[in-house]
Amino acid sequence: MLDTYRPVETPEGVEIGLRMAGPVPRLFAAAIDLAIRMGLYVVLGIATGLLGKGGVGLLLFGMFLLEWFYPVWFEVRRGGATPGKKRMGLLVLHRDGTPVGVMASIARNLLRFADFLPFAYGFGIASMLIDRDFRRLGDLAAGTVVVHREPEMAGFRVPAGPPVRPAATLDLDEQRAILDFAERLGTWSEARSVELAGLASPLTGVHGTEGVRSLLGIANWLLGRR
Amino acid sequence: MEPRVSGASSGSRTGSWGAANVSREIFEKNHELQWRALEASLERLEKDRGGDAAADFPELYRQVCHHLALARHRRYGADLELRLNRLVLRGHQQLYRSHTGDLAAVLRFATSGFPRLVRSEAKLVLLSLLLFAGPLIGMLIAVPWRPELALSVLPPDNVEEMGRQYAPDGSLEAGRPLDSDLLMFGFYIYNNIGIAFRTFASGILAGLGSIFFLVYNGLAIGAVAGHIRHMGYGDNFYPFAIGHGAFELTAIVLAGAAGLRLGLAVLAPGRLSRGQALVAAGRRATGMVYGIAGMLTIAAFLEAFWSPSAVVPAPVKLIVGGILWLYVLFYFLFAGRSHGS
Repeated sequence: MLDTYRPVETPEGVEIGLRMAGPVPRLFAAAIDLAIRMGLYVVLGIATGLLGKGGVGLLLFGMFLLEWFYPVWFEVRRGGATPGKKRMGLLVLHRDGTPVGVMASIARNLLRFADFLPFAYGFGIASMLIDRDFRRLGDLAAGTVVVHREPEMAGFRVPAGPPVRPAATLDLDEQRAILDFAERLGTWSEARSVELAGLASPLTGVHGTEGVRSLLGIANWLLGRR
Repeated sequence: MEPRVSGASSGSRTGSWGAANVSREIFEKNHELQWRALEASLERLEKDRGGDAAADFPELYRQVCHHLALARHRRYGADLELRLNRLVLRGHQQLYRSHTGDLAAVLRFATSGFPRLVRSEAKLVLLSLLLFAGPLIGMLIAVPWRPELALSVLPPDNVEEMGRQYAPDGSLEAGRPLDSDLLMFGFYIYNNIGIAFRTFASGILAGLGSIFFLVYNGLAIGAVAGHIRHMGYGDNFYPFAIGHGAFELTAIVLAGAAGLRLGLAVLAPGRLSRGQALVAAGRRATGMVYGIAGMLTIAAFLEAFWSPSAVVPAPVKLIVGGILWLYVLFYFLFAGRSHGS
């Protein structure tokens, strides 16, 4: 499997797969959020500017909330993602795959200050590059990870064909490899399919396009279409 | 209802794809309705976050967990696994989402949880106090003796401006209109809580950041207070500073202690791995930050509306300030000791 894929076991005893998000989409998300916050500062500045000196006090109070708690509110109340993260298809979760809670969200967002040091998220990026789950310092202390939402992926289907009983008993990994091959058959060139099917010629006993057809047959047999 | 999984328990390399297994097509036909039902249930829950789940949601979710495990074991194909994995992931998100604390929990934390937490970190609090109060007292004594020392930590304009406020005819003497009070309230929230958060957060850098902010703030506050003493404006300064100081100075020390807790987890994780120690320390430290933010909000109120008040005579401010200091001290020493500790 890809090394950004982390299986997490749920209390129900099944594993769910989390796909860790790297620094690049996260920096884009941070940039989008920064732009949104800047916009909010401007709106807030204009609105409170009409209120004189007291308005400046309100502006500073609003800036305090936006600076420290803008991400917390979205992460806790809006399904684990700030608008920037949502746009980039990212999501904040606890390390065990459960939705991020208030405490962890506050911890990771206060520690953003340390991640930002010495400048431009220097320590945060260094930490993400060292850690195998791309966690910045705030994530390490809060016990959180940032993952990709599962993409809406069009399913692969094994094309139908006459089932062929394999000549030998296959173990699970071998079965899996043959099914994966058959599922992806349409995505390669003819020559590549033939080349890959050639690897299984000790099993099928044939070469060339005949080998591809034979493997497809075995895949159909394995799927129970018989 | 579920057909027997032949060979599943044996775990043998060859037998688990026996003919008794259901084919993928039949498996999908059998369970499609349940998957659709769970999907509909999830969509409802995701739209209305406060709403209650359908009564059969947990059961449906567990069944689909089971289907995912079966689909994996029988190698039904990546797309089906992906679809079920996505359903389970979304169900997991909804079933295990955290519910935010109620008012009673906040009150319990304020009356007993917070002081207990601070007492359990007594050593770090004392260390933090030393790092902050040492430089502060040092500057308070040294600056009247050598006034130019104040300029070694603060720019001259800043020192001048700070001093002028407390001069006999300065801005504080005359009192100030309410909208200025509101302005200062916003400023104290933005500036002071910001300083406390930074003091805490930079502690994760092996404690160095917290140490820097504690010493630096101690020096700066000491320099200003020393300069005011040197100019002989103390009569205006002490009544102003004593009230909110009880909360503000204490909170900065506690923010330093919370930061040092993080730094210590990095430096000396003990019997835990560094990662585990950091998460445990993060939980404790974040608890302290809740309390610190509360204290600094109280301090900002006092500093904006009470401390500069021209109506309240100075002796009253001194007495109330003294009582507030005692209150804070007793709060951290004794609150929440009664049951179970």
